[in-house]
Amino acid sequence: MADKIDQIFVTALHFLVSYLPEAWRPLASSLICIVFILMVFPLIFSLTTIFERKGIGRIQNRYGPNRVGIPFTKIRLAGFGQFLPDGVKMLTKEDVVPRAADQAVHFLAPIVLLIPVLLTYAVLPFGRNMAIADYDAGLLFFLAVGGAVEISVFMAGWSSRNKYSLLGAMRAIAQMVSYEIPLILSGVTVVMIAGTLNLSQIVEHQNQYTYGIAHWFVFTPWGLVGFILFFIASLAESNRSPFDLPEAESEIIAGYFTEYSGFKFALFFLGEYLGMFAIIGLGITLFLGGWTSPVSFLTWIPSWIWFLTKMMAIVFVFIWIRATLPRLRMDQLMGFAWKFMLPLALINILVAGIWHFMSHDWQRWLVCSAIIFGAYVVLGRGLMANQKLGKRIYRYAE
Amino acid sequence: MSPFFIITGIVTLLGAVFAMSLRNLVHCALAMAIAFAGVAALFLQLGAEFVGFAQILIYIGAIAILIVFAILLTRSGESPDKSVLTSGWWAGIAVTAMVFTILGWAVLSSSAVPKELPAAPAASVKNVGDLLMTKYVLPLEIVALVLTAAMIGAVLIALKEDNKDNAGGQP
Repeated sequence: MADKIDQIFVTALHFLVSYLPEAWRPLASSLICIVFILMVFPLIFSLTTIFERKGIGRIQNRYGPNRVGIPFTKIRLAGFGQFLPDGVKMLTKEDVVPRAADQAVHFLAPIVLLIPVLLTYAVLPFGRNMAIADYDAGLLFFLAVGGAVEISVFMAGWSSRNKYSLLGAMRAIAQMVSYEIPLILSGVTVVMIAGTLNLSQIVEHQNQYTYGIAHWFVFTPWGLVGFILFFIASLAESNRSPFDLPEAESEIIAGYFTEYSGFKFALFFLGEYLGMFAIIGLGITLFLGGWTSPVSFLTWIPSWIWFLTKMMAIVFVFIWIRATLPRLRMDQLMGFAWKFMLPLALINILVAGIWHFMSHDWQRWLVCSAIIFGAYVVLGRGLMANQKLGKRIYRYAE
Repeated sequence: MSPFFIITGIVTLLGAVFAMSLRNLVHCALAMAIAFAGVAALFLQLGAEFVGFAQILIYIGAIAILIVFAILLTRSGESPDKSVLTSGWWAGIAVTAMVFTILGWAVLSSSAVPKELPAAPAASVKNVGDLLMTKYVLPLEIVALVLTAAMIGAVLIALKEDNKDNAGGQP
């Protein structure tokens, strides 16, 4: 029974496709998978916006949306119906394009953003046997296609002919290029240990249990560091607070999509959130065991529920961070990426190599943890040197 | 020739043509990104996943961005009024056609190119890794050294000069 629920989507796909002639099946099955992604993830996105507004409202001691429920009834659903009127509003708003804007590029930018973001979902294993395109080089595919997002950010910022847009695009690209390096390097450790670039096999590698606890990579010294680096870099890659300088509303309005309105704005919003889900999904797959359960007695819960639960848990942490942390300054942001995260990621690769070649006992835990701890202390001190941090004196406030 | 090959070929060629004939330099750079994507798609059709993805990662994710930034930082976005093609464009086409014919003839008649394609290996990415670490380890290390030297050079150029005369002069 548990197996059947676990494989319910795979069985449904085979069932639907089996009615078609043999020649049409590959095309039909890929079309169904595309429709599945196009339905499920935008739905999660729309619910997440409500979740985020309510969560931030809670943290900031106010209610957040709590009125709209099911239309034409008195059922309120605690405000979770808000995304429907929001979507209608976005769709029906006037689409304003600046007269000086480069029409073609301005039109294409949101499309160029959304296509690579949606493509990245092809290689993510959402559950057991649920990777849509099980590429041999799946991780490389994800990183390569995800890297193409930068060009759409540039297109949006440049074509708007607005200084705020261009500044936002410059900031976004500088930030994305800088944080992509620790992101990739922290993923390299997983490739070294698992010995494959295939995301399904990486998950399979973590699907073993000792004393009832899963072999997730995050439960090793290098994996923990890798996960934390990946987490910070993915916050920066998805332009979330505290790395939301590209769209810092108090400084440059809305950054590279200042001049977008109506449905194009909604596409940017959607693309950003879908990109966030995708990169969280990659983090889960690499470090948190993908669709596997953390303890062996919970393996009966369907794999796709585990994946979604982990994803929503990390989305919650993202919202929590957004509501509680202030924004970084641009030089702090770049300094943190290049002076702290990059060296730590490189040392982490070395540690993963040591972990791989030492014998399987407590000594490798000790050695690897000691190296990482030492590196952390030295790099942290180095980053904080010459900062002259001390008690802050407010000259004018006293 | 499959229809997919024809479509990607046409897209690649169109991207390349637009990259050299459009007036606005940023448009040219974006058209070149399309051509890069088309080449990556051609690699993928040949079953060379690693090369195709690396093409996207490096050429679209890095080089196209680099070119666009270079354009933005060096000159204004104004496009030239006169035609971007010189008057002797037909001579250029004749020369390229000749070079293409000679190169194509040389490649086709060469004995170094196998007439029958070898069977594609099962796990190609693993093979690429194995070869990089064994047979081609020396070129790999040399490339690493060159890139490190280039990076240190770039950092040195970008480094703020320590101006001794002006120390403390400007607030």
